[in-house]
Amino acid sequence: MIKNIVLCGVGGQGTVLASKLLAAAAMEKGFTVMSAETIGMAQRGGNVFSNIRISDGEAMYAPMIGTGEADLILAFEPGEAVRMLPFLKKDGFVITNTRAVKPTTATLTGSGYDAGPMLEYLQKKVADGHLMQVDGDSAAAALGNPRVLNVVLLGAAVRTGALGLTEEDILNVMGKVIKEKFLDLNRKAFTLA
Amino acid sequence: MHSEFLMGNAAIALGAIAAGVDLVAGYPGTPSTETLENTAKYRPEGLYVEWSVNEKSAMEVAAGAAYAGARTMVTMKQVGLNVASDPLMSLEYIGVKGGMVIMVADDPGPISSQTEQDTRHFAYFSKLPCFDPTSVQEAYDMIQDAFAYSEEYGTPVFFRPTTRICHAYASINVKDADEYKKNSPEGFIKDSKRWVIFPRLSNANHRKIEARNEKLKDVFSEYPRNMILNGGANAGAADAAPEVSAVQSVTASKKGIAAGGISFALTMEALHGRTDARVFKVATPHPFPEKLAVEFLTGLDEVLCLEELDPVIERELTYVCGKYGLDVKIRGKLTHDTANAGENSLDLIKQYINSFLSEQENVAVVDQAAIEAPQPPAIPIRPPVLCAGCPHRASFYAVKVAMKRQKTIFCGDIGCYTLGNAMPLDMCDTCLCMGAGINIAQGVYRIEPDTKAFAFVGDSTFFASAITGIINAVYNQAEMTVCILDNSTTAMTGHQPHPGTGRTMMGEVVAKVSIEAVLRGIGLEFVETVDPLDLEKAVDTVKRAQEVPGVKAIIFKSPCVAITKPKGKAAVDPDKCIGCRKCIREIGCPGIVINDGFVCIDDSLCTGCGLCALICPVGSIGGEVHD
Repeated sequence: MIKNIVLCGVGGQGTVLASKLLAAAAMEKGFTVMSAETIGMAQRGGNVFSNIRISDGEAMYAPMIGTGEADLILAFEPGEAVRMLPFLKKDGFVITNTRAVKPTTATLTGSGYDAGPMLEYLQKKVADGHLMQVDGDSAAAALGNPRVLNVVLLGAAVRTGALGLTEEDILNVMGKVIKEKFLDLNRKAFTLA
Repeated sequence: MHSEFLMGNAAIALGAIAAGVDLVAGYPGTPSTETLENTAKYRPEGLYVEWSVNEKSAMEVAAGAAYAGARTMVTMKQVGLNVASDPLMSLEYIGVKGGMVIMVADDPGPISSQTEQDTRHFAYFSKLPCFDPTSVQEAYDMIQDAFAYSEEYGTPVFFRPTTRICHAYASINVKDADEYKKNSPEGFIKDSKRWVIFPRLSNANHRKIEARNEKLKDVFSEYPRNMILNGGANAGAADAAPEVSAVQSVTASKKGIAAGGISFALTMEALHGRTDARVFKVATPHPFPEKLAVEFLTGLDEVLCLEELDPVIERELTYVCGKYGLDVKIRGKLTHDTANAGENSLDLIKQYINSFLSEQENVAVVDQAAIEAPQPPAIPIRPPVLCAGCPHRASFYAVKVAMKRQKTIFCGDIGCYTLGNAMPLDMCDTCLCMGAGINIAQGVYRIEPDTKAFAFVGDSTFFASAITGIINAVYNQAEMTVCILDNSTTAMTGHQPHPGTGRTMMGEVVAKVSIEAVLRGIGLEFVETVDPLDLEKAVDTVKRAQEVPGVKAIIFKSPCVAITKPKGKAAVDPDKCIGCRKCIREIGCPGIVINDGFVCIDDSLCTGCGLCALICPVGSIGGEVHD
């Protein structure tokens, strides 16, 4: 069986660490992992995404995911969740951060963009009970470090059960991926309800 | 052997180390950069790694070391190969003693490049063998093969991954340190008949090269990474060692698919076990494995070629059909069955394969449910922009203010500062290739002498390829202002050191090459260094430069915000702000946002550069900012 995951957000939100944690936990269980990242020009404020694929032994050749194939979309920004939604499987899960990141172009032109219509659209499109809206920024800020947004959201994704990984699986590998002095903070962020 | 989760570029680096590479040189360029960085990170004792000043230097350094019997690798992106093509084309005739791998990363899309050029053509043009990996694991294994072939045949070889190999991650099997090949270079043996290129030597070696490539066609037909598969039925990942070419087990299908690189991996995903097409995996697009191609084509009616960039496999197969009189229809880009530009996604490959293998014409099915479904709201476009606090924004703004209402041309160059083209700055009128802006500005000035010509160039680009252009301007008496945007790093590719930083890739602290001293040495009299965040002084410097004839240089010096601690955070005093939004209109900083109709500073982005505070007409922006 293969689990397909899409991570998406805006450059600088920390999608890379989240995908590294998922990969490390999956490998620890003997699964094979492939992923594809956006690196380069698109990072500077552009929309970014990662594809992560985890196989328990089924043949897997490419790191990329096709339309309608994602078991779960983990979105760091609601508009980006909408952008990547065509990749979601029927009955797939969507975990989305609720805070919109306004692009500079929208500020310049004064054109409106906010989270409301994005979240409403997700509510209409995603199967009942399969959409989780997380105010990740407030949760991260409450922990005193906005940078742990990625781990807060990852916790919510793992708790859906759609990834074939448990909270323990992730907690066990955190020490391998995250620096000692940030470990406690990240553990707290990950288990935050 | 052990298993590791590695980026493709890290896998290539570790593969080269496992092959006993002695020297690695390169110039940063997406998507190739992390290869050299990882050779430095995992550097075993005795391996020398350098960021060269440009790709031509890197190629020549690697060639010299390979003359001395060392195993060498040179890394660059596809457009970097254009810079290195002069030594490349001659090195082809001279050859090497130690194995030399030219790792050139192609960028279909393009995602972060000027061109969609195909390095497989360069392999054909320079008559060098080319290896084209289809996955991260294969990249690790194949680069070791590439070193072995290079050494066996005394020629540099190309290793050409694309973005989706370079920047993919996978859990792969890698060797332990005690399994690495140990190499002891013999040293350079003087022999002017071998190492000095003269027409007579070139003529003799040209004949040898053509004969060698004829032989390599046969050798590569036996290379196990070139293979024929029975559709998607071959169990196991593409990375598993193949069981010879499995022609005998191929079904009676009359259709075949030929693919290379990531398109092969996507083909195997799309086939998902179906066996109604014979598959030809092309690992060495040059020299083309002709015998194996004939074996693949024999008995087929039609073949679909799936590859990115140019139709290299498609042309080779069409040629093979003509040469051997095979009645097989070859389809792909040349027949407009597949797109002739851009990346291949899994969706595209599935679509190509489905319409190729289905018996009937595709009938458009009207999906009623999709029509009735709620339509998505407009999703914002997010073009890349200069970071909040980026000193380039201030440099561009200073020139813009100083030159207001004058006839100007602003020639840009390659780096983060190309993003100065975005509104509202709009300070990049041309951008072509590394270092070109300096000369383009001179060309425009020759035709329109009343235009104030400016060229903007970054510090790393200055060293890579701007110096000759400035000498050209001085020698030929041009009128122009060169603006060097010195942020003390190679920012766009991820902060590599360069000659001006005083650090090398091996971590040594060395004397900095002074940009100002170089410019004075060339003969420029007006050379001034200014902090762009001191707006008043910066504007004044630009104005004063215009009063001096000839070639002037201004070095805008302020470090990249991504590698320095923020100076603080700006803050808007809501009682003073009159809501004119001049700050937003003038500089377009992503750190200035509008919340509920009020101008605010986004604390998570602001670095306290203070530029907005200098622009505010009523002094409403304060906080901790640059002074």
